[in-house]
Amino acid sequence: MSVLLQDQNYETFEINLGPQHPATHGVLRVILTMDGEYIYKAEPVLGYIHRMHEKMGESKTWLQFMPNTARMDYLHALAYNHGYVLTVERAAGIEVPERAEYLRVITVELNRIASHLLWFGAFVLDLGGFTPLLYAFDDREHILDILESVTGARLTFSYFRFGGVYNDIDDDFAPATLAFIKRLRSRMPMYHDLVTKNIILMKRLKEIGPISKEMARRYGATGPVLRGSGVNYDIRKNEPYSVYPEFDFDVPVYTECDSMARYMVRMDEMEQSMRIIEQALAKLPEGETIVKKAPKIIKAPAGDYYAAVEAARGTFGVRVVSDGTNSPYRLKLRSPTYSNLSLFGEVAKGMLLPDALALMGSLDLVIPEIDR
Amino acid sequence: MILDNVKKAMAALEPINMAETDYAAKGFHLDVQVAPEQVMQAAEVLNEELFTLEAVTGVDLLTFAKAAKKPAKKTEEEAEPQEETEPEEKSAPQMEVVYDFSHWDELCRVVIRARIPRDTPEIPTISEVYSGANWHERETHDFFGIKFTGHPDLKPLLLPEDADFHPLLKDFVA
Repeated sequence: MSVLLQDQNYETFEINLGPQHPATHGVLRVILTMDGEYIYKAEPVLGYIHRMHEKMGESKTWLQFMPNTARMDYLHALAYNHGYVLTVERAAGIEVPERAEYLRVITVELNRIASHLLWFGAFVLDLGGFTPLLYAFDDREHILDILESVTGARLTFSYFRFGGVYNDIDDDFAPATLAFIKRLRSRMPMYHDLVTKNIILMKRLKEIGPISKEMARRYGATGPVLRGSGVNYDIRKNEPYSVYPEFDFDVPVYTECDSMARYMVRMDEMEQSMRIIEQALAKLPEGETIVKKAPKIIKAPAGDYYAAVEAARGTFGVRVVSDGTNSPYRLKLRSPTYSNLSLFGEVAKGMLLPDALALMGSLDLVIPEIDR
Repeated sequence: MILDNVKKAMAALEPINMAETDYAAKGFHLDVQVAPEQVMQAAEVLNEELFTLEAVTGVDLLTFAKAAKKPAKKTEEEAEPQEETEPEEKSAPQMEVVYDFSHWDELCRVVIRARIPRDTPEIPTISEVYSGANWHERETHDFFGIKFTGHPDLKPLLLPEDADFHPLLKDFVA
């Protein structure tokens, strides 16, 4: 913290970071009260693309809401599909065939890698390195092609249905996916040589934006932000859902609590996702992809239900209050970056402005998911 | 283990209703209904046990009882643990504030809920204990007009800065 901050006689000034600023990755505005180059106060202003998905949920039937779930976190849309179907399946008591669960896991993990690759490129771009973005997008393109072949979409997937998935994979899917994994594995050392071991990157990230375990708990931070603060918490392990318990994978945890730790968590997670996909493809059972008696009209008994999944950015939770009719009475969407961003003001206080941008990038913000 | 500790500490608060729920069916382990004045104490109990706050949700119960009674053919096992048909509900419409908590070390999800009258929706803030509640409560205030007393700054977060409407109220008309 600067010496000036303690002296009230010095003047501060306000600047707006955003809402149109490349480092905020969308329309996020942060009102910064600056003391020279140091941040005295940072106040995020949200809501620029608030669409009131929760109200839309109340006026649509259960299934009609499905495409909305892809329009929150557009980088990891399948995880949002997953969280929503899990809650509704829990509420309505729908069984899911094993093959469908495997396909869900495979596509969700592919989507997670795509999300992390985009974050990787964009994050390094924030810090001033342009080249890695082009490499990362090149890799990500392969995933989008693979997912397009099975889901029909490239970004706003609406692939899951209550009781399964809507489409089976074709014969090209598994070879293409394995070829992609081989390719990404061969590229990861290059990424580490090019970026991770870069002294400039290290100096920009190490010991920048410390988020302690205690602070993460107070704010309800989840996902890589939490695992970069030394907490081994991943819903896929701690609250097993779908068929995740059948796979052998590790949860990367770093205890440094800084931006570099959060960077390393995501880089390591890509390898773990690839391990899950490989095992799932090897064990993929035969069978149907959607339960035969999948109800056309969902009737959930009155009461409330909750389910959470591990999205690329943390815990995505869906709380549903059903009154027994064919649409939700209340649909609460708990998005991870909302909680993760809420600690920004406390952490950014006293930081240099360029460091705060490194911190913001390490939180991996997706604004439509914050604003909902 | 943690669940037992929470139950013991919560019982000391004399909650209005406390029930263990079937995790597989509901998605949470413990459902506690407390008086609105007690939410801060309940939050402190969970803070002691190192729980983390997942979300704060408002529910407008204006039309709930009416609709929920219609499908009378509930399955047997779902029929009993419901608490929505309380006697006082008929007299004055209520709102509910629901707090979701989870734990890092052990799979344990606790739901705290409090009912407040719909025409004077006020409840103490828990943002002093859980800093993350600050934004969640602002959001709930945006959507429902619930006033969190003691909250440092309840101005609109997701809605426009001059918003004077609360879109998730059941009688909201655009």
